[in-house]
Amino acid sequence: MKLHTLARTAAVVVALASAIATPSAYAQAKEQFFPLLSYRTGPYAPNGVPWANGKQDYLKMINARDGGINGVKLTYEECETGYATDRGVECYERLKSKPGVALFDPQATGITFALTEKVVNDKIPLVTLGYGLSVAQDGLAFKWNFPLMGSYWTGADILIQHLGKKEGGLDKLKGKKIALVYHDSPFGKEPIPLLQERSRQLGFDLQLTPVTAPGVEQKAAWLQVRQNKPDYVLLWGWGVMNSTALKEAQATGYPRDKMFGVWWAGAEPDVKDVGEGAKGYSALALNTSGTQPKVIQDILKYVHDKGQGTGPKDEVGSVLYTRGVIIQVLGVEAVRRAQERFGKGKVMTGEQVRWGLENLALDQKKLDSLGLAGVMRPISTSCSDHMGSSWARVHSWDGSKWSFSSDWYQADEQIIKPMVKAGADKYLGDKKMNRREPADCQS
Amino acid sequence: MFYRENGQFKTSYRADQQILPIAQDRWAMLVLLVAAFALVPAVASDYMFRAILIPFLIFSLAAVGVNILVGYCGQISLGSGAFMAVGAYAAYNFHVRVDGMPLLLALVLGGVCAMLFGMLFGLPSLRVKGLYLAVATLAAQFFADWMFLRVQWFTNNSSSGSVSVSNLQVFGYSLEGPGAKYFFCLGLLALVALLAKNLVRGAVGREWMAIRDMDVAAAVIGIRPMYAKLSAFAVSSFIVGIAGALWAFIYLGAWEPAAFSVDQSFRLLFMVIIGGMGSIMGSFFGAAFIVVLPIALSQFLRFFATVSGLEISTAVASHAELMVFGGLIVWFLIVEPHGLAKLWSVGKQKLRLWPFPH
Repeated sequence: MKLHTLARTAAVVVALASAIATPSAYAQAKEQFFPLLSYRTGPYAPNGVPWANGKQDYLKMINARDGGINGVKLTYEECETGYATDRGVECYERLKSKPGVALFDPQATGITFALTEKVVNDKIPLVTLGYGLSVAQDGLAFKWNFPLMGSYWTGADILIQHLGKKEGGLDKLKGKKIALVYHDSPFGKEPIPLLQERSRQLGFDLQLTPVTAPGVEQKAAWLQVRQNKPDYVLLWGWGVMNSTALKEAQATGYPRDKMFGVWWAGAEPDVKDVGEGAKGYSALALNTSGTQPKVIQDILKYVHDKGQGTGPKDEVGSVLYTRGVIIQVLGVEAVRRAQERFGKGKVMTGEQVRWGLENLALDQKKLDSLGLAGVMRPISTSCSDHMGSSWARVHSWDGSKWSFSSDWYQADEQIIKPMVKAGADKYLGDKKMNRREPADCQS
Repeated sequence: MFYRENGQFKTSYRADQQILPIAQDRWAMLVLLVAAFALVPAVASDYMFRAILIPFLIFSLAAVGVNILVGYCGQISLGSGAFMAVGAYAAYNFHVRVDGMPLLLALVLGGVCAMLFGMLFGLPSLRVKGLYLAVATLAAQFFADWMFLRVQWFTNNSSSGSVSVSNLQVFGYSLEGPGAKYFFCLGLLALVALLAKNLVRGAVGREWMAIRDMDVAAAVIGIRPMYAKLSAFAVSSFIVGIAGALWAFIYLGAWEPAAFSVDQSFRLLFMVIIGGMGSIMGSFFGAAFIVVLPIALSQFLRFFATVSGLEISTAVASHAELMVFGGLIVWFLIVEPHGLAKLWSVGKQKLRLWPFPH
């Protein structure tokens, strides 16, 4: 090898090294920064993309329509995690020190687990709407985690209630066989303790059928389903696993109307490829879909019609897109709430945003004014309850669109509360930490 | 001109056999150590520590371990991810189950468990060679994946299968700050790298290399293949196990078996191949290439986008990152199939003659 080639190699290395060291240019003005962890590549991209688009478009809309929050502009930066924990941690470290960081929404359960240990020291809230750590509902134990609107435990409980209703009473579930086909990761395993508790209580037979991540190969799992002939299948999947499961169910001949997914297995990318084959399949829904809500109309008007949209216009208002919007609505409202206490028109710190998240109170009137009428239920958080609402509906795929097939259910507090308490106590015990003092709630 | 050993006479065997026989090298190493221990901590930012330097140090350690097995002893292994996982979970279990267990001891015991596991899965190496061994060690990977997903005991009966550690302390010092974590990893790495370098220069290392170069000939001159191969597996998986425990404890903090998937095994093997087989220094180059380069690329693309005013979406940037990274791997392997360490030694060779090459 020649010397000049060597020199060129060295030049490349130096250029890259300097790229790391160069701090990116950003303005120091009155700006609230929203770090956006997302995945637009890999096996989870079909679901991660609309979610990330919704989160970004809402921020753009607030800037375009209202000029930010009381004059504080919203800025953001995306970082690709690929759903991998180590890249997620890198993204977190990269974005956490930007000025005016509001909160993190890691979009992945694995990353949530890793960040839960880190946000405590960095004092940045971690919003995990409908996912993450179920026991983190206990705000007295998990000061920085916010599993708003539901956890895997509330989701699993609502599904069992729905099955009970279909059978004509929860007691009718006795002796039934319910299979959980789950993504073999913390995400898929989280609901198991609740389902076991419910199965002890109601006397149904819970069959656990893991699917190796990312879930493109499920023949073995569905062979098991075929052998055991469960009365119902609960699908706990994400990304390509969902559409694959539906195709396998079709191939196995398992009736789709006996299959019920979590809210992460109930969006358009999951069923679109299967089309007619997914007809009758139901899943939990935290929010509506469609372009009728005013907030979606505003996004179309202020963002997409101006050519500023993040993704394709026809995906605006899809299930996961709308969920992304809701997550960002709650984040923005938390900042607004914090501003009411700590000073309007100021940039909030992570600690102040945490107070805002802990004191969210969005009643129906407020939701209507936000353009969210009918999209979600009112939510009100507190120091001890970091979830705020544990209601969800079930929607079904009719071959071309999702439509609601049940009324709202609320997860059974009687069951979940003691489990959350016990789980949080165990977590604190393992870490040798204590619950927050009541006085800490005021800060 | 500057890099010549003319005039440096050695008067004892000791002097002739030291790790760095040339004075300039010794100075360079001293400068490097001072930089790593004093200069870098003084200038590095929090992000630099947590996201780049610490992963780099941990993967360098793992790559040193894999290099001993693959580079020095010639036993291709795709089970490195499993050895990391065993190290991590064993250290975790010692840490949470034994009250008052010091972190350092837990890490070493994790390494010991990984060592036993590695020797167990190294047994097929006595019969099969080359690519067949790679396939056999892949079994270790899948076995570990299965074990830590299914056997609840290893994850302390955590319902989600994810485990976490916090409030780490070493000799009373908290390991929460980025600087403390950096020094801890750097100290361990320096110690292990020195041990590894001396091992491969010694009798054991020569046995490993003899086995690698031709096992029949090695057996004929009196080297026991079983002893040589299993000792390589033992030392390698001990180091890899410690690296796995560090990756889990220091970098991730909370982890699931997916953190040590087969991808990790491949990454480690690529580090060794790209860095340079049979070179301790190559392990560092390889780790830098695989760990730091993708992050640098993604930062560079963003930087490039801001400077040039081009709008590059996250998806395009991450695809471009993968393509450029893949291209660079191919390019480096074409210009120097023996890895970056060979580039380094070619560079040194050129330096000796500079500026009057013949």
